[in-house]
Amino acid sequence: MAEKVLMKGNEALAEAAIQCGCKHYFGYPITPQTEIAAYMSKRLPKEGGVFLQAESEVAAINMVLGATAAGVRSMTSSSSPGVSLKSEGVSYIAGSDLPALIINVQRGGPGLGGIQPSQSDYWQATKALGHGDFQLFVLAPSTIQEMVDFVPLAYEVGEKYRVPSMILSDGMLGQMMEPVEFPTKKDDAIAEKPWAANGHQNKREKNVINSLYIDPETLENLVKERYERYELIKENEQRAEEFMMEDAEYVVVAFGASSRVARSAIMQARAEGIKAGMIRPITLWPFPNKTIEKSIDSTKKYLCVEMNMGQMVDDVRLVVSGRKPVEFFGRTGGVIPTPAEVLGQIRALAGKEM
Amino acid sequence: MAVVFEKSKALTDVPFHYCPGCTHGIVHRLVAEVLEELGVTGQTVGVASVGCSVFSYNYFNCDMVQAAHGRAPAVATGLKRAIPENVVFTYQGDGDLAAIGMAETVHAATRGENITVIFINNAIYGMTGGQMAPTSLPGQITQTTPYGRDTDAAGHPIRVCEMLSTLSGTALAQRVTVDSVKNVNIAKKAIKKGFENQINKRGYSIIEVVSTCPTNWGLSPDEAMNWLRDNMLPYYPLGVYKDVTEGGNE
Repeated sequence: MAEKVLMKGNEALAEAAIQCGCKHYFGYPITPQTEIAAYMSKRLPKEGGVFLQAESEVAAINMVLGATAAGVRSMTSSSSPGVSLKSEGVSYIAGSDLPALIINVQRGGPGLGGIQPSQSDYWQATKALGHGDFQLFVLAPSTIQEMVDFVPLAYEVGEKYRVPSMILSDGMLGQMMEPVEFPTKKDDAIAEKPWAANGHQNKREKNVINSLYIDPETLENLVKERYERYELIKENEQRAEEFMMEDAEYVVVAFGASSRVARSAIMQARAEGIKAGMIRPITLWPFPNKTIEKSIDSTKKYLCVEMNMGQMVDDVRLVVSGRKPVEFFGRTGGVIPTPAEVLGQIRALAGKEM
Repeated sequence: MAVVFEKSKALTDVPFHYCPGCTHGIVHRLVAEVLEELGVTGQTVGVASVGCSVFSYNYFNCDMVQAAHGRAPAVATGLKRAIPENVVFTYQGDGDLAAIGMAETVHAATRGENITVIFINNAIYGMTGGQMAPTSLPGQITQTTPYGRDTDAAGHPIRVCEMLSTLSGTALAQRVTVDSVKNVNIAKKAIKKGFENQINKRGYSIIEVVSTCPTNWGLSPDEAMNWLRDNMLPYYPLGVYKDVTEGGNE
């Protein structure tokens, strides 16, 4: 076992990326993710890598496109308003069938919003981070250890299916410290990239990285082929944690930072005799439909707890399809719900108002 | 039979889609000949930009990446930083380089990004059907300046080489044209120097080619060449604006 070290979420994530063979970081300062850039600027030059502070988020994501097109592991990180700027590049990356790692350390929005933690970019990450028909593989860590562990997962899944990956973190996970351990280095897990634009050396056909297809049927067929890969991802890559679900009747669905609050509330509800449990989506896309589905018969009511005005609740309701009530509780604008607030909601769910 | 002329092997056999009298074809050929003469086709990655030249990924016989509008310098930066021993060039039009991509252009230049930029300035947006470009001339009639470019309302044309020549990271800023055999030869030498600078790690090189767009100018190929000489060259004087290999600046 590796030694545990106490690290801030943003820095732990950055170190994990370096240990995964990411030698190229392109970013732009924005709170509350700047520690990622600062950490990379300190470490990467000593690893023979490249840290580049870009002129904009728009440029940074396109630098990632260039580096990943050349076949290397690279990444960019930002926070909500900056991620909006990256959306053009993310769409091009998806349309060019490139893997890439994008980090969003979410803050309150819309607009300049605030700088406190938020989960209000769920829709953006899972439904529409850019124009066109495409998806990202989206992971939602809830601990600093997961900030570390999800980096290799994001790279491996992204490279396997040739899709961009996002780690959807937030200002709380980015800024807090927890003990973490780093997995044994395994740079050799980096997949071969015969498609890379890195010079054909007169030994193979030329490679073209492109997202432009003027002929509608050609474009439709390419999008359909990409959706076949999305179906495989939905089948193979759904992940969720089940917490106290063995006999749960009142099920909280929460991801990331809000799942930490919900976990405390559920333990208190259990102490009061309420059979509460939690499904914590780890992959936000693909949404863990299978885990929700198998809980429906034994669940009386669901409660989605989010740090937004109700975004993931749409996906829960799609799976539940009216078979059981699905309630929502959220705080937004950078406000973190308290365990007492969530406990109150669970009691109400169970008909035990106090 | 002896071969007296053949097409550069750095071009594919895909027929160009460019209009008659458009100078993209000449410039493509010059770039391809330079790649071949320097023996770097196999190690080159080109970046195609949005505009008429987007399909250049079909024409150059090297690896190619198609970039979003204006983002070619950023994509080229990512490529070059990932594979620094390869040769990376962008091929950009005036809307791409000097309007939507000006930030990427200026910052790639000021970083001294070790890439070669071929800049086609034809004073109009070609692909979208003839709208005002950042380089459209005062008074020039385009689809979006139907009464002529009014500099009070639409601002003034940008002289890119002059501007970029002020930046320390720029190794070469040279404006050329391809309206005559003499000028084609000068343009080829400039393009070659731009690639040699990259191989010798001298920084950002831009070769601006004052070009034609007969279709959107509403002129015949012959008239377009004359319009270029009479209108564009006085505003965009040919010449070397910066060259770090001259004057001991290297």
